[in-house]
Amino acid sequence: MSILEMKNVGVTLGNTAVLDDISMRVAEGEFISILGPSGAGKSTIFRLLTGALQHDRGAITCNGRPLAQNQQGFAFMPQRDALMPWRRILDNLTLGLEVQGMTRKDARDRVMLFLHDFGLIGFEQHYPAQLSGGMRQRAALLRTVVQARPVQLLDEPFGALDALTRTRMQKWFEERWRDARWTTVLVTHDVREAVALSDRIYVLSCRPACVIAEVAVPTARPRMDRAITAEAHALEAHLLDILLNQTGDQI
Amino acid sequence: MQRPLPRRPGEGLTRGFPAVLSLVSAFAIWELYVRVSGISPLVLPAPSRVLDQMVLNRAILWHNTVPTVKATLAGFSLSLTVAFVFSVVLDFTPRVRRALLPIFVVSQTLPLVAIAPLVVLWFGFDLTPKILLVTLVTFFPMLVALLDGYAATDPEIEDLLRAMGASRRTVFRRARLPSAMPYFFAGLRISITYAVVAAIFAEYVGARAGLGIVILNAKNSFRPDLVLAAVVISSALTLVLFAITALLQRIFLRWRDLGDGR
Ligand SMILES: Nc1ncnc2c1ncn2[C@@H]1O[C@H](COP(=O)(O)OP(=O)(O)OP(=O)(O)O)[C@@H](O)[C@H]1O
Ligand SMILES: [Mg+2]
Repeated sequence: MSILEMKNVGVTLGNTAVLDDISMRVAEGEFISILGPSGAGKSTIFRLLTGALQHDRGAITCNGRPLAQNQQGFAFMPQRDALMPWRRILDNLTLGLEVQGMTRKDARDRVMLFLHDFGLIGFEQHYPAQLSGGMRQRAALLRTVVQARPVQLLDEPFGALDALTRTRMQKWFEERWRDARWTTVLVTHDVREAVALSDRIYVLSCRPACVIAEVAVPTARPRMDRAITAEAHALEAHLLDILLNQTGDQI
Repeated sequence: MQRPLPRRPGEGLTRGFPAVLSLVSAFAIWELYVRVSGISPLVLPAPSRVLDQMVLNRAILWHNTVPTVKATLAGFSLSLTVAFVFSVVLDFTPRVRRALLPIFVVSQTLPLVAIAPLVVLWFGFDLTPKILLVTLVTFFPMLVALLDGYAATDPEIEDLLRAMGASRRTVFRRARLPSAMPYFFAGLRISITYAVVAAIFAEYVGARAGLGIVILNAKNSFRPDLVLAAVVISSALTLVLFAITALLQRIFLRWRDLGDGR
């Protein structure tokens, strides 16, 4: 059964039709990517899932029940990092766990285990303003994954990282994902990233968005360790072609 | 495990210097003018004379400063408590907010000159009317500062908390309240100066003791030097309270002084 399902979902904000007809499903343990041009409505989909917005048309279900009844919540990483400037990094990282009811001490112990992998050792006591953009992004990603929720929603988690750090984080993330099998929905602009990490990829049209392609990635994992296979390469070319020629982009 | 933040040494001194210089020169010019022009001390006393009078009358002045400090602090504490409680209630219940906010605005339109004698008439010459007047003057700016502060919360942070499953209360405590702190301290610095003035004015209208009474008596006996002595004390008092709020702000808003660390 799908852990998350959207059926013919549409949203109009003010006078702007943002989402036209979005249908997608996410199975337990699956890694899904949403690819689409800028302004298509990718972040809007996440705002629907996290309850910040209500959809006008269609249905969203979690484990077969309406979204509103979903008690588990999602681990959500917003596009901008949304770190609290008044909290030290360590306290930002424990935020999700504290909201879940964990004591501050336990939450800190848990977070400490991840600091090394995220390259944040020595910065626990800094404030967000004292970190580089890439470090902030890593902190936001860590704040998300440490919550260990059944579904993770990541809005361009590696977007603000330099190429080297990004590849390292993607590799690290794939390893972690292979261990934990978090159900993950990833929003990205980066075709290579989508092909490298996902089981399936949805491609959105320009606003008002509908799903114009659904592509499965059959390549065996792990993928980040080796050179890109011919299969993956062909898939990248295919997706790029869709994005460039079929999204209805006027530019 | 908190690390001290880097601070340039002697920064405070260098920054304070121009202020001290301009203040000292203003007094010097005043002193010089009084001596050269030979103007009567009953019209304009020199700073040196005011200082002399302060030393001469130090017992009386001290005796009258204490009630003013008490009225200011008690009134301001009450005002802060009430403003905070109301700000929380209004933030959680938009309806109550629409009902009450106009009343608070109207409370700010009442001229103090008219209200103060009435409050003294109703509540007598003790501490109560002073506390009420200080509260009346400072409550609204504090309330508005807090409400504006809550409204300035980054919506992305609120969305994030809600996505984590946070309740409205948790969102308030974790996001809205801390976001309001810079606004709160800005309001605090302004209100504390109003508070002293309000306390002195309340005394002026009717009290047994206080700086307001010193000013009233000195004025009635044509002693501008004593009026100014009381003014100096009230200014010093305001400055001290202002400095305390600035210090508190430094402690509680350390994270805001880090902008250039990026
Ligand atoms: N409150 C709103 N009122 C009207 N239009 C809105 C509102 N919020 C968002 N939009 C519009 O919805 C569209 C989709 O926004 P969204 O942030 O979901 O795009 P996106 O696909 O995440 O883009 P990007 O890749 O650049 O992050 C945008 O064109 C934006 O102008
Ligand atoms: Mg977006």
